[in-house]
Amino acid sequence: MRSRHTVEVYQKARHNCLSALWIVVHSAAVNNKILPSSPIYQVLPSHWIAAAQSQLQHNEPIIAWLEINLDPLLHFKKQLLVLSAERLLHISDPQVAVVSYPFQANLHCQHHDHAGVGSLELFDGEIRLARWNYTLAHDAAVARFNKQFTLQLASFVSGEPIATEDVQYCPNCQTELTADTLECAHCDGEIDKPPSTWTLLRLWRFAKPYQWQLLGGFLLMLASTAATLVPPYLTIPLMDKVLIPYQNGAPIDYGMVSLLLAGLLGSALLAWSLGWARTYILALVSERIGADLRTITYEHLLRLSLEYFGGKRTGDLMSRIGSESDRICVFLSLHLLDFATDVLMILMTAAILISINAKLALITLLPLPFIAWMIHIVRDRLRTGFEKIDRVWSQVSNVLADTIPGIRVVKAFAQEGREALRFREANQHNLIVNDRINKIWSLFSPSVTLLTEIGLLLVWAFGIWQVAHNEISVGVLTAFLAYISRFYTRLDSMSRIVSVTQKAASGAKRIFDILDHVSSVPEPSNPVHLDHVSGRIEIRGAGFRYGNRSVIKDLNLVIEPGEMIGLVGHSGSGKSTMVNLMCRFYDVSAGSISLDGVNIRSIPISEYRRNIGLVLQEPFLFFGSIAENIAYGKPEATRGEIVAAARAAHAHEFILRLPHGYDSLVGERGHGLSGGERQRISIARALLIDPRILILDEATASVDTETEKEIQKALDNLVHGRTTIAIAHRLSTLHKANRLVVLDQGQIVEVGNHDELMAREGAYYRLYQAQARNVDADLDDLSSAHHIIDKELSE
Amino acid sequence: MEQIPLITDQKAPFALTRNAGGQLQLNTADGTIHDGVYPVRAFPISAADEGLSVMSADSHELLWIERLSDLDKDSQKHLAAELAQREFMPEIQSIHQVSSFATPSTWQVTTDRGDADLVLKAEDHIRRLTQTSLLITDGHGINFLIRDLEQLDKQSRKLLDRFL
Ligand SMILES: Nc1ncnc2c1ncn2[C@@H]1O[C@H](COP(=O)(O)OP(=O)(O)OP(=O)(O)O)[C@@H](O)[C@H]1O
Ligand SMILES: [Mg+2]
Repeated sequence: MRSRHTVEVYQKARHNCLSALWIVVHSAAVNNKILPSSPIYQVLPSHWIAAAQSQLQHNEPIIAWLEINLDPLLHFKKQLLVLSAERLLHISDPQVAVVSYPFQANLHCQHHDHAGVGSLELFDGEIRLARWNYTLAHDAAVARFNKQFTLQLASFVSGEPIATEDVQYCPNCQTELTADTLECAHCDGEIDKPPSTWTLLRLWRFAKPYQWQLLGGFLLMLASTAATLVPPYLTIPLMDKVLIPYQNGAPIDYGMVSLLLAGLLGSALLAWSLGWARTYILALVSERIGADLRTITYEHLLRLSLEYFGGKRTGDLMSRIGSESDRICVFLSLHLLDFATDVLMILMTAAILISINAKLALITLLPLPFIAWMIHIVRDRLRTGFEKIDRVWSQVSNVLADTIPGIRVVKAFAQEGREALRFREANQHNLIVNDRINKIWSLFSPSVTLLTEIGLLLVWAFGIWQVAHNEISVGVLTAFLAYISRFYTRLDSMSRIVSVTQKAASGAKRIFDILDHVSSVPEPSNPVHLDHVSGRIEIRGAGFRYGNRSVIKDLNLVIEPGEMIGLVGHSGSGKSTMVNLMCRFYDVSAGSISLDGVNIRSIPISEYRRNIGLVLQEPFLFFGSIAENIAYGKPEATRGEIVAAARAAHAHEFILRLPHGYDSLVGERGHGLSGGERQRISIARALLIDPRILILDEATASVDTETEKEIQKALDNLVHGRTTIAIAHRLSTLHKANRLVVLDQGQIVEVGNHDELMAREGAYYRLYQAQARNVDADLDDLSSAHHIIDKELSE
Repeated sequence: MEQIPLITDQKAPFALTRNAGGQLQLNTADGTIHDGVYPVRAFPISAADEGLSVMSADSHELLWIERLSDLDKDSQKHLAAELAQREFMPEIQSIHQVSSFATPSTWQVTTDRGDADLVLKAEDHIRRLTQTSLLITDGHGINFLIRDLEQLDKQSRKLLDRFL
């Protein structure tokens, strides 16, 4: 944490200082390059100052510096690159080892990355002079440094001062920076704070709306607990005033006895009714808290980006939202309630005992500290154990969530045995972890019981001794014994709270894990609202990586309103990824995408997506009627609109052929419909919301030519007058496109219409030829195989 | 797309050298020279030395090498050097400290490539490869490998255990 943090601070400091320096350097360039040298060193990390100072000439300014962290053999080692007005210095060791690269016309720097490692290479023409490596944490800093280097070198070669840019772009995401902010609002540092361990207290956020009910419940609890403490107190007069005098020959005072018995009955009835009201109110509240917790977590989950879902397993998320929230609820309604009652009971009893006889009370309370100590040591082990159990549980449900949707694949490959084994193994793991916990746990409860027995023994012994010395009456001793048997059973049940609290806490932690997760596609802090969208899309310098895999690199494209773009390229060239970026399912990691000149990161997400109609190759239908599915994006659509959309999508006729027409139910994922039928329903869905921008990702890839023609007709209706981005493997389906964009390995290699591209005989020509001859295995067979597998996996 | 034959026969003559730009160069038997080729391992974790592929600059396979030891000394040296520069999967040897048991958590670790900090963004960035080996992906996409859990010292295992 610490060193990472300092790096960030340095970078920030550097960023700010650099901009200050820019001005200094700038004016200094006019002033014969005389620069004050002292303030510059302040921005360098302290461990480099001495080394840098010893290497630089007296008046040589540091224009920029960069700390990188990997040596040529990719070992972690901090090194420094320093850019001065006339050269580039590489300091690989604070003591020695400095290489200097004086500026000259042929120098240039390149940076690229692979598998999490970035390299910055310095070339003299074709010859590579040096290669410096860094982890991607430094990526943005390297890009900045490289830019500085290029500018400085150009100014050195031309002899002209560096031209200040009118518009500043964020070096990371290429969005324009306003004059007064040098930090880009979109690229602010990420938050790396772990959630606090007092997770259960955070549940207060959910309890707050019910605070008055909670207070009422608490008061009832006080009263009912007090009521249960009355009966033992009544045993004192019963013993001392009635039974013992009777033993000594006095007659029984029936009036007094009936009074006392009535008191006993009354207090029992009172305790009963108060207890009932308390339990009812608190259970009601806790159930509501649990429900709120569930819905809020689910709502939050829905807002998280695709990236989050890509990294999570369905079973895990289901168990978090389903069973863990329930566990918390049970904890609140049952265990916490009991515990609070117990604590109250103990405090009140202790007070009563002390008021009756302080000495005996002290003896009675003797085992308490021991129990507290035991609870303390056991708690830690139990907590980690319960967290483990939760994880193991998710593992078990993950196996289920994996295999049940994929049951067709399991059966097709006859792997039932293996899946059963996998489940058994997960279950076995569950057993092992549970066994370990139970070992601690099973010892704990009896130990508490033992301590309470010993406590009871002590009270008997000391009590008899006190009675013998006439310090207390027999009645007092019986009252004590009555109290303490309650007291100790309470202690026993109280000790159980340890485990349930830990369970609830680990459940709460896993729920807050979801709640604390900030979407990697955040809502804008200063949203810009677009009244009228014309549909001009501008992609500038876009880059994107899945993890450390760079998939889109420096992509630039402007799509005019109403234009239809055909996106083609080999399988894996990044077409679907482009779609994901344009829909803002993911955010670009470099560069920007704007709609009508507004960065899409500045537009509220749902408002932005409302302008996009998306038709995917694998249409997803929800459980429900066909009409509901068509109206998914616009639930308030009238029946007329739904039918019109279906007509335009050429789905109307086949829908009417179904037994219940538009009211026919389609099962999970559209069971009971053919691929082409599903596709047309999803086209109708996109048509209904009448979007400005239409994105078709291989909408016709998995159907026969006949159906394809049908769908194509449907699509032609859809495309009309909208900005359209269509991806297709069959190039023939893109004949209507204004421009074709050929992607290869995440970069645009060609742009133009069909005829131009054919005339150029480049990448598109080869794709087209290959398809015409139908021999390019890469394009059709491989990609369709790829889709079949994808399809199977996702089904 | 021209057809590039795979050279699976180890005795087929080819040579790996370095060009002026410092890139790896493949000279095949028929005299073609491929610049900027790069090697990748097919099973970097389960069988690092079996199955290497030499890819062209535009990511097409040029050469399949069953095992590194089949090559001549020079090619081996160049390949090994290039692999060392491209592969980055530090192996964790011990875990000194973790900032918290809840994620995100920063770990100070010693790897076979020196000391490093890694930020674990979420527990499920720890992936179990086999019963005893783990792959940990840090916040910046670097993969840290724990080749054998049992080989870790007790303290590291204890820390790690809290996340498993
Ligand atoms: N969620 C993901 N995580 C990691 N890598 C991914 C992910 N999705 C795609 N990729 C990788 O990104 C690259 C581009 O994928 P993309 O889906 O954009 O290809 P495509 O051009 O749509 O291919 P196809 O024509 O087969 O649909 C591929 O190499 C793929 O392996
Ligand atoms: Mg795709």
